[in-house]
Amino acid sequence: MGARLNALPRTRSGSALLGAVGVALALLLWQLAPALGLVPSDDLPGAGAVLSKLASLAGTDAFWSAVGSTLAGAGLGLLIAVVVGVALGVLMGSSQVAWHALRPTVEFLRPVPGVALIPVAILVFGPSMQSDVFLVAFGCVWVMLVQTLYGVREVDEVALQTARSYGLTHAQRIRWVQLPSSLPYIATGLRIASSIALIVAVTAELVAGNAGLGKAISLAQSVGQTEEMYALIVAAGILGIAVHVLFGGLERRFLHWHQSQRAGGDR
Amino acid sequence: MRRLRLGWLGVEVGATALIVAALWLYTNTNESYAVAPLGDVLESFRATWLFDHVGSDAVPSLVRMTLGYAAAIAIGVAGGFLLGSSAVANAIASPVVGFLRSIPAAALLPPAIVLFGIGGGTKVAVIAFVCCWPIMLNTSDGVRELDATLLATARVYGIRGARRLRLVVLPAVAPRIFAGMRTSLSIAILLLVTSEMVASTNGIGYFVFQAQQQFSVDDMWAGVLLLGLLGFTLNLAFGAVERRVLRWNVRDDRSK
Amino acid sequence: MLEVVGLSKSYGTGAGATHAVAHLEFAVEELEFVGIVGPSGAGKTTLLKCMAGLLEPTSGQTLLRGKPVTAPPPELAVVFQDYSRSLFAWMSVRRNVLLPLTNKPEIADPARVTEEALAAVGLAGFEDHYPWQLSGGMQQRVAIARALAYQPKVLLMDEPFASVDAQTRAELEDLVLRVREQFGVTVVLVTHDIDEAVYMSDRVVVLSRPPSTVQEVVTVNLPRPRDQVETKALPEFAALRAQIYETIMQPRAVQLA
Repeated sequence: MGARLNALPRTRSGSALLGAVGVALALLLWQLAPALGLVPSDDLPGAGAVLSKLASLAGTDAFWSAVGSTLAGAGLGLLIAVVVGVALGVLMGSSQVAWHALRPTVEFLRPVPGVALIPVAILVFGPSMQSDVFLVAFGCVWVMLVQTLYGVREVDEVALQTARSYGLTHAQRIRWVQLPSSLPYIATGLRIASSIALIVAVTAELVAGNAGLGKAISLAQSVGQTEEMYALIVAAGILGIAVHVLFGGLERRFLHWHQSQRAGGDR
Repeated sequence: MRRLRLGWLGVEVGATALIVAALWLYTNTNESYAVAPLGDVLESFRATWLFDHVGSDAVPSLVRMTLGYAAAIAIGVAGGFLLGSSAVANAIASPVVGFLRSIPAAALLPPAIVLFGIGGGTKVAVIAFVCCWPIMLNTSDGVRELDATLLATARVYGIRGARRLRLVVLPAVAPRIFAGMRTSLSIAILLLVTSEMVASTNGIGYFVFQAQQQFSVDDMWAGVLLLGLLGFTLNLAFGAVERRVLRWNVRDDRSK
Repeated sequence: MLEVVGLSKSYGTGAGATHAVAHLEFAVEELEFVGIVGPSGAGKTTLLKCMAGLLEPTSGQTLLRGKPVTAPPPELAVVFQDYSRSLFAWMSVRRNVLLPLTNKPEIADPARVTEEALAAVGLAGFEDHYPWQLSGGMQQRVAIARALAYQPKVLLMDEPFASVDAQTRAELEDLVLRVREQFGVTVVLVTHDIDEAVYMSDRVVVLSRPPSTVQEVVTVNLPRPRDQVETKALPEFAALRAQIYETIMQPRAVQLA
């Protein structure tokens, strides 16, 4: 029996089965803990109550509007971060002058916690979508910059020299050699940045009150609607998974033709 | 060669000076209420954080983060070893762990407040809970990727049990653990600041938020500056520690 | 000293099973140098791992001085092909060699033994270096020093020179022959290099294709000490390697016991 149990994870269906067992166990625990009084059921409603609340929320406009706001803020901010980050990354990666000129500033700004700027965003934009976008853009631009930088610099020397020997100009080399080969890195950056975008958006909404899931969660907590609060959190988690799957898939598509040695991407 | 390097250093310093000067000019001429002259911000920084509010705000912030981060490391490494050693345990736990870590970190603050109230302990708990996942997952990966030859060598030379864990397994998994710790560090900082803005009566995050609410723009920017310095210093310190502990790990490694 | 009796190793069960090794039998005398060769895919490494107690055979056993081997015994040391994964990168050379000795309380002066082993492989002065600072050949020498310091009766080597360049390989081959004399160990060397097997061994065990059994045991009567130039110039050397080569290339009917 022990041997057969150990063999299960080796097959895909075996792993899926075990995973399902895990989920079932977790849900059971979640349902029982408040029911048995281990946790005050006001503070932590059981799984059944929360999930059914989520189901009913999914039928409301307010819920989807909140999800939409979060996604819009995160998406727009991500877009800006990609454009600015890739542009700067290409610049710094292909020009020694730009690299040396901008490096100290980038190195200092990079570790600044994006959330530190939330009060600034509140001050400038008030609780609004622009606030979300601004913060997400700031939080994500560094990842895109660094990844693009890696990508541009990791370009195969031979490919570059071949291009040079065929008389391609600097701009042409960027367009035809460096940019395409840095695409996998950019794809990795997108995956990492997309999670950051979601986290920053929800955080900003939570703190500043911009419209979105974060604000909905905070509101539910402040009026004591704990079921709704947990339901929204579960929704946020599902959103997180969806984003991860989407951009992870995108990354894999860009990577499948690329050699496996590349930077970045821990979990 | 040396002249070239000095030349680049000059570019770095010069360009940065230019950027700072531009910033000075911008903040001094811009009329917006959100922009404070750079000089005033620096003055506020000196007045507040050197060293007036250090004890009342900076220290509690750092203590909370350190406790939460330390707990996350302990839980993450222990859990990671557990998951990594048993394929069955890993398969069972994977979907649940995967879901839990997909929840945007800050979203867990409200339930934490509901469950534990607004206290220092809540913030530590949230940081510990959220930050343990990247460490746990990386550790678990590291354990599963342990090289067969390495383990066979340990068996041949009779290195077993606790000795094997301490002298062979832990160092071998260390690079992975550090990768997880690096990710968790950013999350810890994020959670610290957020939790202090949302549910606190002191701390750097609280200070910045309050300053904004009261339209003390100088103080707000000074606080932001401090947070920036904090993030910068922590990352620097982490890098230094990592390089020292992993100084033997010289491979053709392209990561970071 | 070492006896392999009816050793078989299969992976999986039923119709899809892989039989790596089937009913292998041979013996190794004390202080002998035995080489094991065979075609690619022959279970050479599987055999070595079973002999070392790292792998449990499906049937049969290995006897070390009459006692069955169920786990790596303290009288046995192994040198693996991939030195970079066998040495502990986070420990200095000295620590790498010293560490196994803490399991051998009978060794009175481990520090001295460590120094002697490192000197014997030509690495005196490198004790405080780390593996990443050493070349491939030097790293393998550390692995050999570690095995020697362990004071085993039997030294098993799994294609130890396959990952280094030809010149380093020749140096290491001679090194192993020298230290064998010096330290008095029985050596079993698994290799895909027929020249190497003939050059170093007293006898060469030739395996068949999987399921591998012993096809032939060739006695190598070349004079010792061996020399890279002179020994390899002898007509007997050429004859022996030709004989082994032909045995390997010729697929023969395999008889399962």
